Amino acid sequence: PRPASGQDYISQRATRPSRPPRTPSPRMRRARPGAARGGGPRMPAAGGGQAEPGPRGGPLRRRESRRVPGGPARPAAAAGPPPAAAAAGPPPAAARPAALALVTLLSFASRFHRLPEPPHVCWDETHFGKMGSYYINRTFFFDVHPPLGKMLIGLAGYLSGYDGTFPFQKPGDRYEQHNYMGMRGFCAFLGSCLVPFAYLTVLELSKSLPAALLTAFILIFDTGCITLSQYILLDPILMFFLMGAVLSMVKSNSCADRPFSASWWFWLSLTGVNLAGATGVKFVGLFVVLLVGLNTIYDLWDLLGNLSLSLVMFGKHLLARVLCLILLPLALYTAMFAVHFTVLNKSGPGDGFFSSAFQSQLIGNNLHNVSVPEHLAYGSVVTMKNLRMAGGYLHSHWHLYPEGIGARQQQVTAYLHKDSNNLWIIKKHDSDTDLSVPSSPVEFVRHGDVIRLEHKETSRNLHSHQHEAPLTRKHFQVTGYGINGTGDSNDFWRIEVVGRKTGKLIKVLRSQVRLTHVATGCILGSSGKTLPKWGWEQVEVTCTPYLKETPNSLWNFEDHINPKLPNISLDVLKPSFAEILLESHMVMIRGNSGLKPKDNEVTSKPWHWPINYQGLRFSGVNETDYRVYLLGNPVIWWLNLVTIGLYLLITVSTAVALKRGVQLTSELKELSRVVLRGGGQITLGWLLHYLPFFMMGRVLYFHHYFPAMLFSSMLTGITWDTLLKFCAAFLSPSTTARKVYGGGFLALVLLIMYSFYLFHPLSYGMIGPMASDPSSPMAGLRWMDSWEF
Amino acid sequence: MLGFLKKPVVVTAEINMNLVALTVMGLISRLWGLSYPRAVVFDEVYYGQFVSLYMKRIFFVDDSGPPFGHMLLALGGYLGGFDGNFLWNRIGAEYSMNVPVWSLRLLPALAGALCVPLAYQILVELQFSHCAALGAALLILLENSLITQSRFMLLESVLIFFILLAVLSYLKFYNLQRHRVKYMGLFTYMLLLAIAGLHFWHMIGDQNLSNVSLMCHFLARGLALIIIPVAMYLSFFYVHLTLLYRSGPHDQIMTSAFQASLEGGLARITQGQPLEVAYGSQITLRNVLGKPMQCWLHSHTNTYPIRYENGRGSSHQQQVTCYPFKDVNNWWIVKDPGMQQLVVSNPPRPVRHGHIVQLVHGITTRYLNTHDVAAPLSPHSQEVSCYIDYNISMPAQNLWRVEIVNRESDTDVWKTILSEVRFVHVNTSAVLKLSGASLPEWGYRQLEVVGEKLSKGYHQSMMWNVEEHRYGKSQEQKEREVELHSPTQMDISKNLSFMAKFTELQWKILTLKNEDTEHKYSSSALDWITMDTNIAYWLHPTSGAQIHLLGNVVTWASANIAALVYTCLSLWYLVRRRRKIYDMPEDAWQLWVSAGGICVGGWAVNYLPFFLMEKTLFLYHYLPALTFQILLIPIVLQHLSDHLCRSLLLKSMFSALIVAWFSSVYFVYCTFRPVTYGEPSLSVTELKDLRWKDSWNILIRKQ
Repeated sequence: PRPASGQDYISQRATRPSRPPRTPSPRMRRARPGAARGGGPRMPAAGGGQAEPGPRGGPLRRRESRRVPGGPARPAAAAGPPPAAAAAGPPPAAARPAALALVTLLSFASRFHRLPEPPHVCWDETHFGKMGSYYINRTFFFDVHPPLGKMLIGLAGYLSGYDGTFPFQKPGDRYEQHNYMGMRGFCAFLGSCLVPFAYLTVLELSKSLPAALLTAFILIFDTGCITLSQYILLDPILMFFLMGAVLSMVKSNSCADRPFSASWWFWLSLTGVNLAGATGVKFVGLFVVLLVGLNTIYDLWDLLGNLSLSLVMFGKHLLARVLCLILLPLALYTAMFAVHFTVLNKSGPGDGFFSSAFQSQLIGNNLHNVSVPEHLAYGSVVTMKNLRMAGGYLHSHWHLYPEGIGARQQQVTAYLHKDSNNLWIIKKHDSDTDLSVPSSPVEFVRHGDVIRLEHKETSRNLHSHQHEAPLTRKHFQVTGYGINGTGDSNDFWRIEVVGRKTGKLIKVLRSQVRLTHVATGCILGSSGKTLPKWGWEQVEVTCTPYLKETPNSLWNFEDHINPKLPNISLDVLKPSFAEILLESHMVMIRGNSGLKPKDNEVTSKPWHWPINYQGLRFSGVNETDYRVYLLGNPVIWWLNLVTIGLYLLITVSTAVALKRGVQLTSELKELSRVVLRGGGQITLGWLLHYLPFFMMGRVLYFHHYFPAMLFSSMLTGITWDTLLKFCAAFLSPSTTARKVYGGGFLALVLLIMYSFYLFHPLSYGMIGPMASDPSSPMAGLRWMDSWEF
Repeated sequence: MLGFLKKPVVVTAEINMNLVALTVMGLISRLWGLSYPRAVVFDEVYYGQFVSLYMKRIFFVDDSGPPFGHMLLALGGYLGGFDGNFLWNRIGAEYSMNVPVWSLRLLPALAGALCVPLAYQILVELQFSHCAALGAALLILLENSLITQSRFMLLESVLIFFILLAVLSYLKFYNLQRHRVKYMGLFTYMLLLAIAGLHFWHMIGDQNLSNVSLMCHFLARGLALIIIPVAMYLSFFYVHLTLLYRSGPHDQIMTSAFQASLEGGLARITQGQPLEVAYGSQITLRNVLGKPMQCWLHSHTNTYPIRYENGRGSSHQQQVTCYPFKDVNNWWIVKDPGMQQLVVSNPPRPVRHGHIVQLVHGITTRYLNTHDVAAPLSPHSQEVSCYIDYNISMPAQNLWRVEIVNRESDTDVWKTILSEVRFVHVNTSAVLKLSGASLPEWGYRQLEVVGEKLSKGYHQSMMWNVEEHRYGKSQEQKEREVELHSPTQMDISKNLSFMAKFTELQWKILTLKNEDTEHKYSSSALDWITMDTNIAYWLHPTSGAQIHLLGNVVTWASANIAALVYTCLSLWYLVRRRRKIYDMPEDAWQLWVSAGGICVGGWAVNYLPFFLMEKTLFLYHYLPALTFQILLIPIVLQHLSDHLCRSLLLKSMFSALIVAWFSSVYFVYCTFRPVTYGEPSLSVTELKDLRWKDSWNILIRKQ
């Protein structure tokens, strides 16, 4: 018998390719839902526009107010055109579409440039490309993320003529004749949309074309954003929906002055659609749900305070939001799971994670249209599955518990994959006769019988005693004990079926069974905790002295082999869609929390990210390889970092000044409104997409920061625009002011472009000597020791 | 002028008899039979060892919090004349006669007793009626879990006392002084800072105040709320470090420099070593990281196996490892590549930053070497070996550049203990690094040392410091071996400044991770609200008498209900006020908000952070949060009777209900008193009757 340890098995079954040395990052997983916490300065006011006329309306309204030359409330600046506005230069009506077209064009050009390069599997393409193929092949698999992103990748591949035959074994495999451009192109398309989205969002929040342009340029020329958009990954899809949600939220906020109009409904429901999309790609999308949720609460609170609005009207507002932002996304989210389960109807690598009932639905699974002996008999070979969500099979292997952890006997665990070490033989507790002899009579196991379970591979008995369990110290340890099936009285278990009377037979698959240890009275259960390395990271099995009835301590028999009994076709209870949905979520959450960093593994820390401390190798290691390195454009990232500090400074001083009742000109008031409201909203977004990572126990990677980076870039656009306008306002004479403003803006853009010129090989591929070599084109650009290109 | 002649001089002392009575009752409930049981009770086994170490002035590190709490306990021991001679090894062990049990337990008990009048005073200060305040104090008085926790040498009662004191002080607007016993106190501190910040924000909006006076207010608050607590915090550490000057069990986790500052231990060995490392120096090299354990660069005559289990090959040269114990094989000699001699010349030629050296293993005289062969366990890194020439065209690559990481200038001399050094391989620019993995049997489970080619920054696993050091004198190998075996002599002492010691100790406390294992009585934070678990503190060796940490069920349930009612009512009021409907006068509303803010806020900040913590949690961690929740009960009750019971009939019915409810609190207190105080001993049936919840673990002796 081979010691089929968990790890050996994982490499065979879970189809996780072993990666070549030093290609970073297995994979990034999990957004811990609900872990998001953050308190931003303030949310933008949206509703209740009627009560307070002012710069709240859409662009139209603002232009009107500007046309009134120096209103009565503007004492000093009444003489000439307001300096800041002059400096900004009221953009002609055609400028905005033209600017939008320009940034969109640039964005698409930068993302689609050299898209087919390199023609081999890069980094996590090995996972997501493979999962796309699974959809095309309709093979069931398990992943810790919700299905939408992979479904879209699969769809894009399908439409572009990819046939799902490429195995995506490991990074570096050449695509050869397989058509991968459809999937990459799809991701690049979504990635390119981020720039116009960010542009429009900033334009809506700040009403300033330069601010929007600055943001757009930052995102266009950031090497990190380009790299991340060019491969078959979930991130461009996630960020597309995320930015889409932010944009529609901002748009619907500015429609607040005409509620229930067509455009209001349109943007509100679009927000909901995007929320569903973002959450459907990764659970990180829940952070943007939180952002929109907070915004909506603020919005409703504002409406509630508006006494001119009747309660009935308020109720309508409330209902509209419940409909568009809760019910609609939920329906869409559920629908995508429905599609997921409909499409994937063949057995595949993810079966073992799910309950027996679920598996019976998959074509090709050994439980599909199953025919097994119906009633359990002595001498049967069985597998037992724990009934908790994502519970494993009762498992044992040759390895012993390490010294100091209970008795040094053979380990018994719960294991999620199907394996020959999951097989147990049911024996009578008092006789050791070989029941597999064909002549011996069949004797069924009955409710209340005392039995012995012998592990088939190792011939040890399931055993428990009064030693502490390895992790759950309150429970007793469960071990494999005895030689060739001969053990002691601690191997006796009473088998009972829930809700049944003594003497009844036990049905395979349908009966929910409890195993009570005869000597100590404890119940066999699985605690759900993952054992450390010595236990191959399988799940702990204990014997609990607490007699509470939970799925943790219930089991069902799944496989059942007994040649003496006739096989009967069984229709397993078909699980309802709601059960499947709940179960798959439990499995995903379990999977996510299982992604803990290994001992001594150097992992990326959240504080590394904003300082661009270390990137990710997408492709290539050696000098001769085509190397792509995911790293933000350092100039841009450090600018973003400095800007966050600057923004805080501006906000605090503005807020204190306003609170002290300092009289501001209307231009400055408008500016401070943009800083506090628009900037505040963006900062909240940044906080919500960044801070929760500090509390996550799972493995983290650099690219987790990119959603937050989008917010940070928008903040940079708004802050620098405001800052330059403030400066211009203080240098009142209009020519200097204009020069300062224009010059500053131009300098920033040129700086960004020049840095992109320097660093563009990071995304578009480097060949030749490493950067530490002076003859390399990247020589002298390795500004931090931690960058590895 | 002469008025005093006409009227007598009268001194009127106003004594609040309520307060006095409460204090007395508190003292009785907490101090009664304090030295019973005369045995180690639960966590006393943990705190006791620290008290003993204090008594013996031996240095220790405890990650559970700053040393103030431990010092208070030690003060009790000091006053009781405890000599520290007791082996704290087992819960339930009988105390020997030299342990002053009563005085050791006195301070926590006093703190616990004083919480009762404090609760009263806080509610009075919040402008609630004396009746409500009395109710709060009585609830605290009759809370079994608080009583149990106060009566032993444990810190929670002290923590709660200081938290309540801080809240009261802020309420009284005295200069606030924050004491911190455990880091949990930090959360209450944050709450107070937030409240103070909020008050100040309102003050900014007050246009009547001038900018100058505003600045003064700001500075005063900064001083009271930030500077003073920080100063006190520092002073605790100062006292801690001054008291504990002897080396002890936790030396190993500190750096060599820190250890050298303690009396005994490393200081005894290293005293009088030469400071500057010179060519010819004999040294031991300790890895700075100290994880997974402290270890020294080591080699021995065994070689790497030709083939590893997984089929990869090695250089078959002599193993170089990191060894967690002192050993003669940890000695290395610094050699100048240009010269043959292995002794220190006169005058010594010191090694400076950037110099290139060879490291010679003292016993085997082989050279430290690395080459482009994969390391045994970390195949991405280079193997490090002591070079053996097999004549197979694998040349020796044994030159290393010394880089002092914490240098002040580029010409710094390599110093014993103080310098943290990286060894950069000249041929391959790999860095000598401790990988942290432990080798299989062939490597005697010692730790793997590798050459890291792509060095990412300056991780501590790549830094080494010289711990033991002497100038080599022996020319011959035989003499040298004798020299290596002999202890180092010579004397110089090194003193670290307080701030350097403080930062190191603080950092260690924060980063020290105890293994996260589940304890028999540990629980998850969710269990606490419903009190699903208890903790058995002590069991009489023969009879059924036992002590449990078990709360007053009625109080816990009412506290939860009160919090729920408070939240719902507040939301309801908030929405109504938004629609300009005012249910109560403005000052009543302010009272409701501020009282709730402190109690619910105090509960939240003392409870919610536990969900993010990954350490082993116990029921007693919930007690500070519970205290705040209990204070909320009378607040809600009074509000209900004042504002929601409109008619007189309703009011009197409500009062009757309160009386009934209160008697049930008292009844439960009496029922569980035997397991709170540990006497009288109960019979098996009585014990079984006490098991109100299936998940409670009441110990029943098998007959």
